[in-house]
Amino acid sequence: MNVWLLLICMGLVTYTIRLSLIVLIGRINLPPIIQWALCLVPPAVLSAIIFPELLMPKGMLDLSFGNLRLHAGTLAAVVAWRTRNVLLTIGVGMVALWVLQAVIPH
Amino acid sequence: MPILLGVVPFGMIYGVLAVGAGLTVGAAMAMSSIVFAGSAQFVSVQLIHAGAPGLIIVFTTFIVNLRHILYSASIAPYLAKLNPMWKWLLAYLLTDEAYAVTITRYNQEAASSVKSASRHWYLLGAGLAMWSTWQVSTAAGIFLGAQVPSSWSLDFTIALTFIALVVPALRDRPSLAAALSAGIIAVLAFGLPYKLGLIVAAISGMAVGLWVETRWLSNGRRGEQGDSR
Repeated sequence: MNVWLLLICMGLVTYTIRLSLIVLIGRINLPPIIQWALCLVPPAVLSAIIFPELLMPKGMLDLSFGNLRLHAGTLAAVVAWRTRNVLLTIGVGMVALWVLQAVIPH
Repeated sequence: MPILLGVVPFGMIYGVLAVGAGLTVGAAMAMSSIVFAGSAQFVSVQLIHAGAPGLIIVFTTFIVNLRHILYSASIAPYLAKLNPMWKWLLAYLLTDEAYAVTITRYNQEAASSVKSASRHWYLLGAGLAMWSTWQVSTAAGIFLGAQVPSSWSLDFTIALTFIALVVPALRDRPSLAAALSAGIIAVLAFGLPYKLGLIVAAISGMAVGLWVETRWLSNGRRGEQGDSR
């Protein structure tokens, strides 16, 4: 697909979602089950991105000690859980990865 | 508005990654102004880099941005009396951050029973501030992009950003179940053609979360007691 066509389609999809209920309000109401499902979108989508990034950095499942991204990501998850601070989580995770890359041969 | 400062590094990282994924400067900038949705931009840049087909990228964008339906629904009553021009404009600016600050403000107003006739200006202001910050930081990242060596592993910031967003949100069993199952299925489905794995995993995770939610509601009390025994 041409990259500009792709960008326009992505933009249209995003815009339509944002506009949908602002315009349709009063005409349709979301049933509770749809609202629950929508609340589950962020955890489901984000985890589906995170897990392969940490567990298969080279495209194959790697649970070995040499998988540095798994260590750094786990540490970042603990920081996120304890502090709820986005920038601190990213900072700790990146520094951990750099330190591990410098210390452990990979 | 500290939230604006928080957006700057994301915009810059997006710019660096977009150029690294092979997008031209024009296309990388255009994505920030046409799509204007941070997480979807991160994910699509990854997919473009992996050579995924356009239809999959568009559908993944749809899934990643589905949460905005909730924002649209919750902000709609406050905008109901505006003319269509305003609605069309404000919908474009309805990002996570603009929504968060605006709905907080509206809820405070509702609590204090002070009705402001011009509150759509607040969303416009927040949205435009976000928009400008995003464009400028994206441009800075694109400009830096060529000078950042790949040994810095900056692509890892995508996973870290999403960890930072998702972990604090795992407050109940349904969302935890959705996150774990989506993650595991994403690993299992990684080899699916056309990079379909993300879509399959996200939809399966939502289904598992809904299933846990209905079970939790129907016999949640008994389950709690059973656990604490």
